[in-house]
Amino acid sequence: MIQIKNLHKSYKMGSSSLHVLKGINFDVEEGELVAIMGSSGSGKSTLLNILGMLDGADEGEYILDQVPIKNLNETKAAKYRNKFLGFVFQSFNLINYKSALENVALPLYYQGIPRKERQVFALEYLDRVGLKDWSTHLPSELSGGQKQRVAIARAMASRPKVLLADEPTGALDTKTSYEVMDLIQKINQEGKTILVVTHEPDIAHMCKRIVLLKDGVIIEDKKVDQVLASAHV
Amino acid sequence: MNSLKVLFDRDTWQEIFGSISKNKTRTVITVIGVLWGIFIYIALSGAAKGLDNGFERQFENIAMNSMFIWAQRTSIPYDGFKIGRNVELKLSDIDYLKKRVPEIQFIAPRNARGVFGGSVSPLVVRKNKSSNYNVYGDFPEYTKIATKKIYDGGRFINEEDIKYKRKVCVIGERTQTELFEKDENPIGQYVRIDNIYFQVIGIHKFVPGGGFESDGDIFIPFETYRQIYNSGDRVQWFTIAAYDDADVVAVEKDIKATLKRIHRVSPDDERAFGGFNLGEIFNKIMGFSKGMTLLSLIVGIATIIAGVIGIGNILLISVKERTKELGVRRALGATPAEVRNQIIIESVFLTVIAGILGIILGAFVLAGINAGTADLTDFPYTNPTVPIPFILGALFIMVFLGTLIGLIPAERAVSIKPIDALREE
Repeated sequence: MIQIKNLHKSYKMGSSSLHVLKGINFDVEEGELVAIMGSSGSGKSTLLNILGMLDGADEGEYILDQVPIKNLNETKAAKYRNKFLGFVFQSFNLINYKSALENVALPLYYQGIPRKERQVFALEYLDRVGLKDWSTHLPSELSGGQKQRVAIARAMASRPKVLLADEPTGALDTKTSYEVMDLIQKINQEGKTILVVTHEPDIAHMCKRIVLLKDGVIIEDKKVDQVLASAHV
Repeated sequence: MNSLKVLFDRDTWQEIFGSISKNKTRTVITVIGVLWGIFIYIALSGAAKGLDNGFERQFENIAMNSMFIWAQRTSIPYDGFKIGRNVELKLSDIDYLKKRVPEIQFIAPRNARGVFGGSVSPLVVRKNKSSNYNVYGDFPEYTKIATKKIYDGGRFINEEDIKYKRKVCVIGERTQTELFEKDENPIGQYVRIDNIYFQVIGIHKFVPGGGFESDGDIFIPFETYRQIYNSGDRVQWFTIAAYDDADVVAVEKDIKATLKRIHRVSPDDERAFGGFNLGEIFNKIMGFSKGMTLLSLIVGIATIIAGVIGIGNILLISVKERTKELGVRRALGATPAEVRNQIIIESVFLTVIAGILGIILGAFVLAGINAGTADLTDFPYTNPTVPIPFILGALFIMVFLGTLIGLIPAERAVSIKPIDALREE
């Protein structure tokens, strides 16, 4: 699903430049649930941004579902993001003046899907995250866990190839974290490819594979025995 | 065009309503900025138009480019004549003037009793009622310069009256009420003017603003007047109308110069002939009211611009506040063009809504002014309106400026990289 070869990225900091990614190579198969771990400054967020087409690589190859991702202008990047990727953020990033349903329907709006259809889809996805009854509520009326579930429904609504989650449990307490991970695992079991950036080992162990980054290179890439989150809920 | 499709898409509007209703207070205050601008524009230019109309109404019964010319005493000795000689206008001057001053369209010699000092108003008698009224000797041409509204069934003096020196007269509204019974039709009846019977042929409606004339004036044929009052070739004054495109000030000068030649008056004598140039005064007033219109236009448009800039400013702040939201939208697949369009449409939408509200409010105020001044006949203010092209022009300016000013926040919004917007603080 994802092939990355010799990925380099550096940021200019005034006169000096900061070499963040120093040749990353890794592949992700369809249906994998990968945790990307690493301490602060290891380059894990940069990697996720490049995977999410929010940022471009300086060097190297990135192929997503047999489509080479390079030389994208903003418009094309937006189209690809919409088509291929679903994002889940640490701080949820729901639009605060839109109801849960409208938030979930937003990527469908940018796909140009007619209004009626959009709402049916969005409600279906809200139902799948167990929040059908909350569809008319604003984000401010939802708890943290509920917000993240709405965000996951939103990421799923556009039926992406890959789900990218940047510290999805970073702002949640343990119990809620496990509930969210349970949801992520269930989506993965349905066959969706998911990448989770986290620095919490217990969350990482709920994935099927852990990629450990340090100073811009992968120092460890191992398959793990998945801990089912439902066991902790 | 894709961008046109966006305009008619219900979803676009839903997005826009969503974002502008997010901060209602700010939206309202912003809208008030433009609303005030267009309101000022409408109210001012409507008021200027009202003044314009008012002046025009004041002058509606007299040709805009007309003048009166009369003779006085000389102030310079010339050609063997002493200073202080009385000069008199003659009927024969008309042909000279018409030949020498081709800009003259109509020229009407007039004589009158009771108007200027030296003659008394003749006594007019009808049965047992009588009163004194001014009496004018007129040619039919006079009505081509100063319109006389004659009531139904009557007429003004015509060529036949002049030719046969008929003893007919046109009386005023006041004359009618003073000399005749209420239910009586004066037309065809006789009145006695200085002991000579005249048949009434018409009643003129008095229109205010026509100089020294009044609602009691009686008009009789010039030739009849000449015979009765033995005025010979003498003419008290000329009422002259120049062609529409003529320069009335120059025409007046030419006429006076010609008269000086005819009557052997020094070309430098400024006092020998008097003149009252309505056209000149009218032009000054019209110039004033045009200036007012221009001023109101400039002030109004400047205020609109200030308001629209306010909208741009607010949207800029709004974009700044919504950095994160716009980043999320971009991450979810909004293209830069979609983000840009949304901000521009927001700007134009706010501008146009504000504009329409301002136009409505301005119209109400103008209607109020109109109702308040409707009964004031001596106040030059009539029917304050704003021409439709002005309104359409203002709307166009607003859409144009709204788009232009919306471009600034829109470009700002597009320049936000989703990665920066989403970065955790």
